[in-house]
Amino acid sequence: MSKYALSVCDLSYSYATKNALNNVSFDIPTGSFCALLGPNGAGKSTLFSVLTGLVRSPDGAVSVLGHDLASYGRIARKNIGVVFQQPTLDLDVSVRENLLYFAALHGISRRRAKPRITDALDRLSMGERADEKLRNLNGGHRRRMEIARALVHEPSILLLDEPTVGLDHETRQSITQYVHQLCDDGITILWATHLVDEIYPADQMVLLHHGQVLETGQVSDVVGTNDLAHWFSQKTVGA
Amino acid sequence: MIYFTALFAIVRRELLRFVGQRSRFLSALVRPLIWLVVFAAGFRAALGLSIMPPYQTYITYEVYIVPGLCGMIQLFNGMQSSLSLVYDREMGSMRLLLTSPLPRWWLLLSKIFAGVFVSLLQVYAFLGIAALFGITFPPIGYVFALPVLVCSGLMLGALGLLLSSTIKQLENFAGVMNFVIFPMFFLSTALYPLWKMAEGSPLLRDICAYNPFTHAIELIRFALYGQFNGMALIWVVTSFVVFMIASLWGYNPAKTMTNRKTG
Repeated sequence: MSKYALSVCDLSYSYATKNALNNVSFDIPTGSFCALLGPNGAGKSTLFSVLTGLVRSPDGAVSVLGHDLASYGRIARKNIGVVFQQPTLDLDVSVRENLLYFAALHGISRRRAKPRITDALDRLSMGERADEKLRNLNGGHRRRMEIARALVHEPSILLLDEPTVGLDHETRQSITQYVHQLCDDGITILWATHLVDEIYPADQMVLLHHGQVLETGQVSDVVGTNDLAHWFSQKTVGA
Repeated sequence: MIYFTALFAIVRRELLRFVGQRSRFLSALVRPLIWLVVFAAGFRAALGLSIMPPYQTYITYEVYIVPGLCGMIQLFNGMQSSLSLVYDREMGSMRLLLTSPLPRWWLLLSKIFAGVFVSLLQVYAFLGIAALFGITFPPIGYVFALPVLVCSGLMLGALGLLLSSTIKQLENFAGVMNFVIFPMFFLSTALYPLWKMAEGSPLLRDICAYNPFTHAIELIRFALYGQFNGMALIWVVTSFVVFMIASLWGYNPAKTMTNRKTG
């Protein structure tokens, strides 16, 4: 088993004249929670698009559980669950139908998917709402559903792109806590955020700014005795 | 097997969406029915139709336009699917589809298949209503029409997919109506045969002859009489392949050639 669940090496990506990622490199140890910290426009969403194979970068390499994303994209994607910033579930279909659809996109039959969905929803305390239309759920519950959806195919790596945007403090805390606990099951997490209260001292961290990695390592080691919020603004405001 | 699991799920989802949108089903039926009942009644006297294959006798104008209206249903359905693809992309659900470990070509083909399945329901419902108006075809024609409608639906679905890959925003989709659907429909044999068009303008006749939609309609027309039009099938299949390849290129993650390492 590879020591790193996810390795990114010299990744660059540009939109026309705008350089979104510039020689980005980092490794995430297996089973750890890694915060991808960066202000808006740092390149976090672009990085997620590359990591999920939505766009392909001509430069650099991404390795998922030791599989090169460019050469073994299907194997890599099979091991990745992703929660995008935008909602991806169909509002007019029930929660269960939405999750069954997603499971099928991963080649999981309805028979095999049903117990997994029940399990994923129960873990998020959402089991009793499985047959409700997504439209009837509030923002926090919809985000929980997105997380349940991303876990249905039992991925080894979970990518979450600012999953708590627009949610109240309590819901944010509860989701953040739940996702941290997933590491206990051996799942590797990459959590993009610009909110420092979602990051714990024992987490791994990649600080991304203007498409470049400024710092990487364990939060407590990188930040030291500084306050994380203060440190973050020092590193990014006016930099 | 996992390929078909995904295919059935995509078809099922499209079907659930379609069932949930009753107005879509109604408008899909009302549109051709207006052409059949109102337009055809007015043009019956103006357009005399001579005997030509696959017809073996003089036919009324209503009978002539039914295959064209079947094509029209599929054309609108193909564009509707393409509209929903653009919507999916804007809303994020397209990302789900494209991050699946299955090959992208299969996922997009499954999307087209789902649209074709819905269009088949619409076409046969329309043919049923046309039968109530006394416009019927040989029973074998309804059977022969099925594979042919799948082919024409695939071609029009692939065209829709191609359009969706080039349209950046939902707002731009209105242009598709003006620049794709209307020219494709009116510059075809849906409403008048080629020889009739030639009387008006040989140039327009030539344009109609090169329109893939013309061949889709002729394929349907012949099939409804239990006959096979090989040339039309070649046109339809070739067009499908071309549209499909172009749309796969459009959805290729490596296509964004704006990627340049500058640092």
